[in-house]
Amino acid sequence: MNKIKCDCGHVNPEGTVLCEACGKPIEENQHIDGNDKRKLLNMRYDGSARRSQTYNKSIVDKIWSFFSSVKVGVWLIVIALLASAIGTIFPQEMYIPANAVSRDPAVYYEATYGVFGQIYYQLGFHNLYSSWWYMILIALIGISLVICSIDRFVPLYKALKKQKAKRHESFLNRQRLYSETENVTDEEKDKIADALKKLRYNVRNEDGHILAEKGRFSRWGPYVNHIGLIIVLIAAILRMTPFMYLDDYVWVREGQRTVIPSTDGKYYIENKEFILETYDENDERFQKAIEKEGMVAKNFQTNAIIYKETAPSVAGSEPELKKIAEEQIKMNHPLKFDGYTLYQAGYQLNEFKSMTFKVHETDDPDEKALGTFTIDLTSPESEYQLDNGFRVVVDQYYPDYSLENGEPRSESKYPKNPAFVFFVYPPKSDQAEVSFVGIGRNIDATGENQYKLGVEDFKLRDVSGLTVRKDYTLPFFIVGAIIFMLGVIQGMYWQHRRIWIHPKGNGLLVAAHTNKNWYGVKKDIEKVISDTNVKMVVDQQELDE
Amino acid sequence: MSKEQIGNNKKKKKKKRLLFRSIVLAVLLVALVYALVSNLSQEDTNVDVGDQAPDFELKQVNKNNELETVKLSDLKGKGVMLNFWATYCPPCEAEMPYMEKLYPEYKEKGVEIVAVSLDSTELVINRFIEKYNLTFPTPHDKSGQVMEQYGVGPIPSTFFINPEGEIVEVVSGALTLEKLEGYLKQIQPE
Repeated sequence: MNKIKCDCGHVNPEGTVLCEACGKPIEENQHIDGNDKRKLLNMRYDGSARRSQTYNKSIVDKIWSFFSSVKVGVWLIVIALLASAIGTIFPQEMYIPANAVSRDPAVYYEATYGVFGQIYYQLGFHNLYSSWWYMILIALIGISLVICSIDRFVPLYKALKKQKAKRHESFLNRQRLYSETENVTDEEKDKIADALKKLRYNVRNEDGHILAEKGRFSRWGPYVNHIGLIIVLIAAILRMTPFMYLDDYVWVREGQRTVIPSTDGKYYIENKEFILETYDENDERFQKAIEKEGMVAKNFQTNAIIYKETAPSVAGSEPELKKIAEEQIKMNHPLKFDGYTLYQAGYQLNEFKSMTFKVHETDDPDEKALGTFTIDLTSPESEYQLDNGFRVVVDQYYPDYSLENGEPRSESKYPKNPAFVFFVYPPKSDQAEVSFVGIGRNIDATGENQYKLGVEDFKLRDVSGLTVRKDYTLPFFIVGAIIFMLGVIQGMYWQHRRIWIHPKGNGLLVAAHTNKNWYGVKKDIEKVISDTNVKMVVDQQELDE
Repeated sequence: MSKEQIGNNKKKKKKKRLLFRSIVLAVLLVALVYALVSNLSQEDTNVDVGDQAPDFELKQVNKNNELETVKLSDLKGKGVMLNFWATYCPPCEAEMPYMEKLYPEYKEKGVEIVAVSLDSTELVINRFIEKYNLTFPTPHDKSGQVMEQYGVGPIPSTFFINPEGEIVEVVSGALTLEKLEGYLKQIQPE
C-alpha cells in the first residue's frame, strides 16, 4: 500500500481524494469522486479514502469491497422489491383456498392459472417469503448495510478528526461558497472570529487560518440510523424462531376445554363464560353511534382457566392437568402465563348447546305436550325413551344444516343451525313416523303424521376466539426503532457547517461547506462579515444541464 | 521512524484490517446461516415426510371394527394410512368409498387404514359409517389434540407411514382410487 504524502506534510492513506489535513486535492485520485471533470470538489465523505475502492487483495478484501459498494446495495434492494412484487401476483401457498379441487401446489397453480401458474410454482414463487433465496437476499441487504456503513463511517470520522484549520488554497476556491477579498485589516479578522464564536461556531485558529465548525454531530446521523435498522433486522431474524415468537389462534366454546395450539400440547384452556356487554341504549353519550350502528359493544370478555399438563402423555389420551391460572380476559387485559399471552380476539354468539323437543298430536291446536326430551348437542344419543311410552330415534343429525343440490348436509361440526330427522314410535307401536325438525323448520315427510315434534326450549352458548402469542422480540424492535428515529433526527435537524478563512497577502479567502441548508450558512456568513468590507461569498454551484 | 519500522507498521495495520474484516464477515455469515436454518426448521415443527410419526391414542368408534382404542405405536410393523377427515367435508366423503374398497385387500397385506374423525359427536360419525358401510377403524379426535400434533390444516389430509413408523408421504386434498392404491403399495411391508 502506498501512502500519499501531501505538500503540507500530512501522510494520507491510499485512495485519498482530498488531503485529510489541508484538503488539497491529490492529483492522481481526482477521478474517484469525479473532481477531475468539475470545478467544485465533491465533498462527500470529505474526500477520504474509502479503502475498499482501492484495496482488494485477499478473498476477504474482495468480498468486503463487493458489499461496500452502494451500487450493489441498491441493486439488492431493487431485486428484493421486484421479487416481493412478483410474490403477490398469485396467492401464496398458505392461502390456497380450502375448497380448492386440489390443494397440492403442484396441481393447484397450473389448474387455476394455467402455464403462468405452473412457471410461478416451478420457480418457487408460491412460497416466496420464506424461501431460502428470498431470505438470503434480505440477509445480503443487511450485510451490505453493515459493511457500507463501516466502510464509510471510519474514514469519514478520521478525516474530520484530522482536518486542519489551515487548508490549501485550491481546496477553498473549489468550494461551492467562496469569495476573495484583497485588503482586510487585522481588526476585521478578529471581528469575524468573534462573530463566529458568537454564532456558536467551534473556532480553531492556526497562524491566522480559521476553521469554524458547527454540528459535526449531524454527520453521524445516517450511521446511527443504520445501527437501528440492523437491530430491527436482527429482531426479524429472532422472530423466525418459535422459541422467540409464535402467533396462533384458538376457538374455545363455553364449558369446553381444549388444547392451546403451538404449546406442544402442554397447555389447555377452559372457557367458563364469554361475556359481551353493550352500552345502555339510553346512554346519551353514545346516542348517535347507537342510532347509527344499533348496538355499541362495551366489553368483550372470556372467563378462562388455564391448565398445564403435569406429566407428558400420549396425544389423545386423557391428560393429567393442573390449574395454573384463572382470569378474565378482556380487550387490552390479556392473560399471561409462562411466557404466553392470550388476547381476546373474536367471538361467535349463540351456538346451540341443547334442545328440548315435545311430542304433540298434529291436530291439537293447543299443541299440548304428550312428552318431552332434551338433546345435548355436544353428545346426542341415538335414541330417546319418553315417559309416556314414546320412543324417538335420531336418524340423522345435521349440526350446521344446509341444503346442497337437494341433499341435506352439515356445513361444519358446530351446532350453529341444528336439524334432525327423527323416527317417532308411538307407544306400543313399531311403525315409525318420520319428522324433520330444525330451527324454523318442521317438515312432515308423508303429510300423514299423527304426531308432531316441536322445539320447546333451547340453550345457547358462545364461542371465544383468542390469539395465542409469545413474543420476546418486541423489545428489540422498539430499541431498533428508537435508535433509527434518533439517527433520523440527528441527521435531519442539525447541519454540519464549516467556514474556512485563509489569509492571503493583505487579504483573505472565505469558503464554506455544509451538508444541507446552504441558505442557513450564507445567512451566517452575512452576519459575520456585516461590519467588515470582506466580500460576501458567491455560490459557484454548477448545475447539471 | 526508519523504513523498516514503517514497513512493520504497515504490515501490522494490514493484518489488523484483515482480522477485523474477517470477524465482521464471519459474524454476518453466522447470522445468515442462523436465519436460514431456523426458518427451515420451523416447518419441521409440523410433521413432515421423513419424520417419525408421533404416537397417539384415541377411542375407536366404528362398531364394524373390533378395536376399542387405536394406539399408533401398537401398529408398528404394519404400514399405516393415517387419514384425517370429517363427515361435513365433501372431498373427505368422496374418498371414503375408495378407502373401503381397498381396505380388505391391503389389510391382508399388512396395511392398516386409520381414519381419524375430527367431528364433534359420535352420532354423526356412526350415521356416516352406516351410510358407507365402513369397516376400517375410525378413532374420534374430539378435542383436536392429534390434529394439532400432526399440524393438520384443511382436511382431508393423509399421512402414509411405513412399517418402521416413518412418514413417507403427506397428501393434502382428496385421493383418487389409483393414487390411493399407489401410496398403499409404497407402505406395504415386504
